[in-house]
Amino acid sequence: MVTSMRRSFNATLKCQPEMFPRVRKRGGAELLFDGVKNHHVTLPGQSDPWDMKQLLAWIRGNMLKERPELFMQGDTVRPGILVLINDADWELMGELEYQLQDQDNIVFISTLHGG
Amino acid sequence: MCQVEEDYNGLECNQEKITVPTLNRKCMKCKEGTAVLIIRVNDAFCRSCFKEYFIHKFRAMLGKNRVIFPQEKVLLAVSGGTASCSMLSQVQEGLSREAPKKLRFVPGIIYIDDGGACGRSAEERQRSNALLKSIFTETGFTYFIVSLEQVFSLPTSVLVPGTSDPDPSNPSYKQAVDQYIKEKQTLTEENVASAVAQLNIEDSAYSPEHKLALERLFSSMKTLTAKEDMLQTLRSHLILHIARENGYSKVMMGDSCSRLAVKLLSNIALGRGAALASDTGFSDPRYGDVVIVRPMRDYSSKEIAFYSRMFNVPSVFISGLDTKTHDKASIQRLTESFVTNLQFDFPSTVSTIYRTSEKLHTVMPPQSQTAEPASKCLLCLCTLDTKVDCTAEYCLST
Repeated sequence: MVTSMRRSFNATLKCQPEMFPRVRKRGGAELLFDGVKNHHVTLPGQSDPWDMKQLLAWIRGNMLKERPELFMQGDTVRPGILVLINDADWELMGELEYQLQDQDNIVFISTLHGG
Repeated sequence: MCQVEEDYNGLECNQEKITVPTLNRKCMKCKEGTAVLIIRVNDAFCRSCFKEYFIHKFRAMLGKNRVIFPQEKVLLAVSGGTASCSMLSQVQEGLSREAPKKLRFVPGIIYIDDGGACGRSAEERQRSNALLKSIFTETGFTYFIVSLEQVFSLPTSVLVPGTSDPDPSNPSYKQAVDQYIKEKQTLTEENVASAVAQLNIEDSAYSPEHKLALERLFSSMKTLTAKEDMLQTLRSHLILHIARENGYSKVMMGDSCSRLAVKLLSNIALGRGAALASDTGFSDPRYGDVVIVRPMRDYSSKEIAFYSRMFNVPSVFISGLDTKTHDKASIQRLTESFVTNLQFDFPSTVSTIYRTSEKLHTVMPPQSQTAEPASKCLLCLCTLDTKVDCTAEYCLST
């Protein structure tokens, strides 16, 4: 998902380089993403750093293949879906406010019966 | 608090939720390691302390309840999901210790392939069976992979509770113990492993008539609630039969705290209030000779999911009847959605339900003069909670 924004290697205050987090799905959550468990995503560069809230909105708009209500509830993930950022609980990282770094590893695990 | 229109996004009702968004928070136990997860309301654990905590909880649950005797044969009911696979890994962990605190029972594994009821194709079923078989073979325990269609060839004795006499002078139990001890003395460890390996059963073959019968049975039920209930009943009967046939006196189920909280509330909605203690308690003695135990009932889904992920517990995700269904598809599904959503804003929900369930006991019917055993439901084998005549011996549930 590469946009036309110019990549900046000097990382000035205003322009962020594109980011490449890895997004994984477990526990049945992959069913909502065509059964694909691992995704290597490229986020378009933008002036402000990407945070989890924006990532989730981006996932909803670009990756979720069906039934968005089974993955998200409002701005955040549906209760029952766990989020790990670099193998740590996202509650320790600020949940939606966590700012993404390049090559971050995000895992969504569903603990629910239905998906 | 529990109104239908309430906004669950947490904007109004997050009094109980405490977020401390600090990176590099220290583990609350060892105070040294960097915390990697939060369990319960605000307890941060590092990786190694969490592992210790998880393992200790399992041992403590078994030790506290003392229902599993040394050398007893225990069947582990594994569905492929993270909870039952974590249970399997805990059993492996417990049996492998050299210390005197080593767990001392003989495990077997059972997996019921219910693809026929859930609408999975033959290829999908074979694939998941193969994946599970490789996991089971790794453990070295005896395993049974049985398809749900086999339930049609069960004898009617499965609907009769066995003798619940725990008296050690009961000849068949004592004989089994004596025989096992004798066998153990003659066989070396390698011989035992090879003898046990030959006992593995993969009975996933089923006749087309049974397959059709199962499909007809499930399509005749109008609601998903009824289907889920029926699936549960059939699965229990099949597990019970395999346990009885192969001399297993205990069956371990992988129900977690969260799942049991949901089960408790759904069962009340289904009219199974009288059987709550057996359905959700640690031990379920309704079958008499085979006792169901639930050693994972103290773990929340989050703890199990994290443990499974962090310590690479192999599991296989298998779609069930209610996968990808909407919130109101069945009573069970609706209850799960309700409890999960409530838990999000009030993190003590599940533990409160769990603690309440621990206080439940089955009411014993008054001793009658004729000493006639209380009538049991034909399907769930719990004591009937309603007075009915002989022609209709089903209890109130769907």
